Amino acid sequence: MTASIVLDRVTKTYGGAPAVDDVSLEIGAGRFVTLLGPSGSGKTTLLMMIAGFVRPTAGRILADGRDITAEPPERRAFGMVFQGYALFPNMTVAENLAFPLTLRGRSKAAIAQDVARMLDIVHLSGLGGRYPRELSGGQQQRVALARALIFNPRVLLLDESLSALDKNLRAGLQEELRDLHARLGTTFVFVTHDQEEALSMSDEIFIVNKGRIVQSGSPKALYDRPRTRFVAGFLGRTNFVDGTVTARDGETLVYSAGGLSFRQRARDDAPAVAVGQPVLIGLRPETLRLGEAAGGAANSVPGTIDLVTYEGADYHVRATTPLGPLQAIVASGNGTPVPARGDRLTLAWGEDAAVVLADDR
Amino acid sequence: MIADLDPRTRAVYLVLLVAPLVLLAGLYLYPLSRVLWLSVTVPTPGFGNFERLFTSDAVQRILWTTGKLCVLTTALALLIGYAIAYAAVHLPGWRGELFLFFVLLSFWLSVLVRAFAWLTLLQSRGLVNTALMQLGAIDAPLPLIRNEFGVVLGMVHYMIPYAALPLYANMRGIDPRLVPAARGLGAGPVRAFLRVYLPMSLPGLISAGILTFIFSLGFYVTPALLGGGKTIMIAEYIAVQINDTLNWGLGSMLATTLLLAIFVLLALMAFFVDLRKVFGVK
Repeated sequence: MTASIVLDRVTKTYGGAPAVDDVSLEIGAGRFVTLLGPSGSGKTTLLMMIAGFVRPTAGRILADGRDITAEPPERRAFGMVFQGYALFPNMTVAENLAFPLTLRGRSKAAIAQDVARMLDIVHLSGLGGRYPRELSGGQQQRVALARALIFNPRVLLLDESLSALDKNLRAGLQEELRDLHARLGTTFVFVTHDQEEALSMSDEIFIVNKGRIVQSGSPKALYDRPRTRFVAGFLGRTNFVDGTVTARDGETLVYSAGGLSFRQRARDDAPAVAVGQPVLIGLRPETLRLGEAAGGAANSVPGTIDLVTYEGADYHVRATTPLGPLQAIVASGNGTPVPARGDRLTLAWGEDAAVVLADDR
Repeated sequence: MIADLDPRTRAVYLVLLVAPLVLLAGLYLYPLSRVLWLSVTVPTPGFGNFERLFTSDAVQRILWTTGKLCVLTTALALLIGYAIAYAAVHLPGWRGELFLFFVLLSFWLSVLVRAFAWLTLLQSRGLVNTALMQLGAIDAPLPLIRNEFGVVLGMVHYMIPYAALPLYANMRGIDPRLVPAARGLGAGPVRAFLRVYLPMSLPGLISAGILTFIFSLGFYVTPALLGGGKTIMIAEYIAVQINDTLNWGLGSMLATTLLLAIFVLLALMAFFVDLRKVFGVK
């Protein structure tokens, strides 16, 4: 059982200030969707409205095409994993899991069977008699997940559910969540401020800022083709280059920055910039090639390395250039020469490698 | 600890420790023990005074009234205190603080002032009766004081802060996401409250209940003024025995009974809750 969710021009204001401002979005049935944004962006308010804990000031919310805007949370029957888990401290793990089933009037035998099956799925068999406070953070997280899933909800909502856990535990649970999603086919709506988590887990990401959806799409589409400075800066690392357009050559923009001239392919969806106007270019660190000469790339800039950070799989290099400091990432594996502080070199990139961004500062 | 200190500091510590103990013993424990002693020596040595617990109609009526009114007062104070504490914890921002402020405000008013204020309001020619009669709602004044209604009203009013504050402290510790979590799992508002919130606030209810009940048992001023000599509780009865009829034996026996009843109650409660937590020692 799985459901699609549609938000139709939803607004929520608190004392006049909009927390969510005229948001419309569609979540397909069975998808794993992430609402990603900084704290205070309105992403949690969005989730709370989907869950039914917050009533929108305006707009409609639909589940499988049916208007549920006025329905209380208990009627929606969406599973929800809260930030901080919200396990019932006065009940054991098994009683926590049994809670939604008891409410639905299921028989004792059926409940016991389901609880055992669910504990097995989240790898907590044998811990049913414990109280939540006797469990580790990761275990509590799994109990919360199991409790939210045990009554076969149509939609599972997760609020910053992994944020409190340490990095290794988090990676493990991310994998488990994706396995569960694949196995159950339930619609997952996940809220997080952690961009890596969003990239690695979702089918689709909605980026939320200041109460609005600023961009949405598959993780790869968002990462490769951010449309604004905010998205480029929030999702992954980006070098920003401020230039001035000097000419237009079909699809290609020619712009000057730091006294040099560069070429950049501008796609149809890129913000329109006229000759003589300022332009903002976003350049991913891993698209920069480091070498002694330009090597036929469309764009190159001379630089001096002033910082090298070894990260195992790659080196993070910062170079001083006429464009200001530029970040580059170089794989450390395949016999590349080790970059060192003080090296003079050329940083090069193709005219397709960067993106033209709207400056939404 | 004390053994580690040098002799002079040790002497200072000992004096500071012993002085209040001596003071307590001399001014509190000694007179108290005299009262206990009176109860088995006056007018004749033996347990004659205590026999009256089982034989005297007057004594039994007083005990029954006291018990009944205290249970009623505790129940009502808990109910109202629970609502106030809930509102104070869950109303956003200054609105919650306002509730708490009103609770504390009545804390600062003297019990005498409050009892007299009720008298002014509730007596036959008081504000309430006059207003009702002028409106034509009633022909003769309603009996609002000099009865159990007036006593309970005054006592509940006095006890509300004692019920609300422990509940407030308890409710502040309840994760505000628990009720939404229960709702999300399919429980309606009533069931979410009964199954999740109420059990979580039970320790607060027990603490507040003990506090209010024990305070009510020994309550003197309010019952004396609002009961007007018609509805008499144990504290007032004791005062009459000691001051007016000079029946010291009976008075001190009832005082002793009251003290023992409180100890028994505390012992019973200790089975259910950690008393050190209730009284804020831990």
